[in-house]
Amino acid sequence: MKIPRLLQAALVLAGVYFGFVVVFDVILEAVIPASLLVMYMFFVTAGVFMVFTYDEDQTRELVAPIKALVEDPAKRLWRNLVFAIVPLAVGGATYMQMQPGFEAPLELRTIHPAPPTTAKIYGKRVNLLQLENPFRKLEKEDPEQFRELVNEGAAVYIRNCQYCHGDKLDGQGPYADGLNPTPLNFQDVGTIAQLQESYLFWRITTGGPGLPKEAAPWISSMPVWQDFLTEDEVWQVILYLYDYTGHRPRSWEHE
Amino acid sequence: MKDPHPTQRGPASAMIAFVVALAAVFLLAFGPVDALAAEPAAADGVAAGSYAPAPKLTAADYPTIAGINSRVAVWIFAQLHLWFAAFVLAVPIFVFIIEVIGMRTRDKRYDDMAYEFIKVAITAYSLTAILGGGLLFSLILFYPHLFTYLSTIFSASMFYYALLFFAESAVLYVYYYGWHWLQGGFKKWVHLSLGLILNAVGTTLMLLANAWLTFMMSPAGVDAAGVFSGDAWAAIHNFLWNPINIHRFVANIAYGGSIVGAYAAFKFLTATGNQEKAHYDWMGYNANFIAICALLPLPFAGYYLAAEIYAYSQQMGITLMGGIFAWLFIIQAVLIGTLFLSANYYLWCGMGRSDGAKRYTKYIKYIAIVLIGAFLVWFTPHTLVLTNEELKALGGPHHKILGPLGIMPAKNTAVNVMIIFTALSFMFYRRANKVATVSWVNAGNAIQVALFTTGIANIMFLGIYHGYFTNTVYKVAASIPQVLTTVAVIVGSITLDSFIYRGAKEVGPLHWGRIPGRAQYALFLLAVSFTWLMGLMGYIRSGIRQHWHVLDIMRDASPDAFTPTLGYAANVVSVAAILFMAMVIFVFWIAQVSGSKTLPAGYWKG
Repeated sequence: MKIPRLLQAALVLAGVYFGFVVVFDVILEAVIPASLLVMYMFFVTAGVFMVFTYDEDQTRELVAPIKALVEDPAKRLWRNLVFAIVPLAVGGATYMQMQPGFEAPLELRTIHPAPPTTAKIYGKRVNLLQLENPFRKLEKEDPEQFRELVNEGAAVYIRNCQYCHGDKLDGQGPYADGLNPTPLNFQDVGTIAQLQESYLFWRITTGGPGLPKEAAPWISSMPVWQDFLTEDEVWQVILYLYDYTGHRPRSWEHE
Repeated sequence: MKDPHPTQRGPASAMIAFVVALAAVFLLAFGPVDALAAEPAAADGVAAGSYAPAPKLTAADYPTIAGINSRVAVWIFAQLHLWFAAFVLAVPIFVFIIEVIGMRTRDKRYDDMAYEFIKVAITAYSLTAILGGGLLFSLILFYPHLFTYLSTIFSASMFYYALLFFAESAVLYVYYYGWHWLQGGFKKWVHLSLGLILNAVGTTLMLLANAWLTFMMSPAGVDAAGVFSGDAWAAIHNFLWNPINIHRFVANIAYGGSIVGAYAAFKFLTATGNQEKAHYDWMGYNANFIAICALLPLPFAGYYLAAEIYAYSQQMGITLMGGIFAWLFIIQAVLIGTLFLSANYYLWCGMGRSDGAKRYTKYIKYIAIVLIGAFLVWFTPHTLVLTNEELKALGGPHHKILGPLGIMPAKNTAVNVMIIFTALSFMFYRRANKVATVSWVNAGNAIQVALFTTGIANIMFLGIYHGYFTNTVYKVAASIPQVLTTVAVIVGSITLDSFIYRGAKEVGPLHWGRIPGRAQYALFLLAVSFTWLMGLMGYIRSGIRQHWHVLDIMRDASPDAFTPTLGYAANVVSVAAILFMAMVIFVFWIAQVSGSKTLPAGYWKG
């Protein structure tokens, strides 16, 4: 038996929807955000519409049941039922959507606020566009000393940072569950791998209170580390972050 | 259909606006600018004979006039001017190409179509000049010190800009009004040469204007205090000048194609006879073809521009795509995807013109699956909007599957795949009405399959390996071989196709006009998406300077120096887009009215 095209389209949409839910939520155990699923389904629906309507005959076949429902006198009962149920369903869905709940409102926090051109760090005005890690050149010039500096950075990290950012640098430290937003996951390719070292230096040294107005209202609990660590220690920690994760800092020159 | 009697729609209003604007330029460039704006505080230490530093302004230096929001006024004028300018600069480019095709093939339909395109552009040209005058006046009135400072540096280029504008007007009017006069033999060559001059002048105008705006983003030829060195070329040839030039040049062609496509769709839907429908269907197809041809390289030009912005300033780069404007980029991604979907849908619907299309329509669903899949990756945001429950379930904001899709390597891979499959749709469209007669058709097809397969595999490899397992230098650089692979696949397969289908049999005559009305709405969607996209991205490009008129040199001290919320900005751009669309509908209507005649029975004597 040939499945009517309208039903085919509905089945494709339902299949894709449940496919997303099953693959992400069950198989991969990484829940798909509802906001994204809505966006995905909107364009999947557009795609299904495109495939089902590019041909005139197939379009007629697709809309035939809808046309019959609206125009066929024999389908009066069904028509009345559909015309009653659809507005009720839309109204119900709208009501559920708009109903106030106890959940905190969604936050669209800027993960990477843009740095200022200059910042006052360790009592001096620093140009973040030109600032470089003073130890980075040792990676080639003196690998042994570089390794020592990385190890020193590791020690500083373990003493100060791992409580939140985790000993695997994955943002899963023992205190992480108590924080919202949770500490940054440095293993993620979308974090330090995308940034210059000067950016990390600025974020570490000035912490949450140093976030620019653009990111307001900032809710970062990152301390102002220039009050607790020396400048060299901060640069060493930065070396360690890249070394451990295997990422390279953003740069403009080939190595 | 073709208007045999070009009407005398005078460009008087445009010329008035232009002359006034020109006078203002002269006044500001060479005249006593202080008469317009009182000297702001702290233009310190100006040596005699040297240039002054950029003024340090206070809120009092910005005039308030009749309660008008100065930022919104300048914003809307600039945006409307830019949309029309993009359109009127682009149309002569492809009108020139179509005229050449008409001359080579001696097919008069091309010449008629080129004329009809330029007819639409001519009214738009008047509006461009009027809106340009509006932009200039609003800048002078609301931001006098900024304009004074810029005109000090760019006085020479502004002067040449004004002269070129006169040249552009003169050439355009001879080109348009002389279309039917300059026909055949040598006269046609003269007409074609005028088209070339028109394009050269128009492009130079765009390059000059681009220099002024890119100077504001990446100032050059000035010192840290904004003191001009006197080297105008250094100021023009600033860091972001060429990336913007390339991006705008390509984008303008795509945009112009989409607007004339919308015109053809409008005419198709209002046509009454089959012949008229067939004509506008053909015109719509050609306009869509132009838009697609320019759309295909556009993402690369955009990526190049974004990469250069990031290279110039980490601050601007992060603000652009990782900071406050990141969510506008998601809208941008959605709109670009919509462009690809509309263009493909139009091609698929257009296959109905051929009786031989059935052989290829069975593949459309697979193309759609790939396009939609790539589109979903293309707009997946890096910063996900998560409910608290989702946050808890994920153990943090990082999503192990979707997170990596949020960064550029995934986007570049997705867009290359979308481009390749759009080209595939086009190839199927071209093949739909032909039957190959060469003996090696199977071998040719196999080579094409191999070309597509290896090309896509290479794009995926470059995107995944260099995007996620090397540093950012290689990540950014990998986009170049990705682009080259895409170009190689498209050029290689289309070239091979032309050999396979050399001397091919036609299934039957193409049924121009046999296309569903909804395909015309795809053309409208293309034009609307382009318009909105340009408005939003233009705002981002300008907005990443944040509280600077000229980045790091001249601070914006006006009450509007803050970055507005995304919703507010989107509303302003949307209102401007609606205004523009209303004006475009007016342009279409005028083009239609010019071909109408009323015979007033009994009105005239005799």
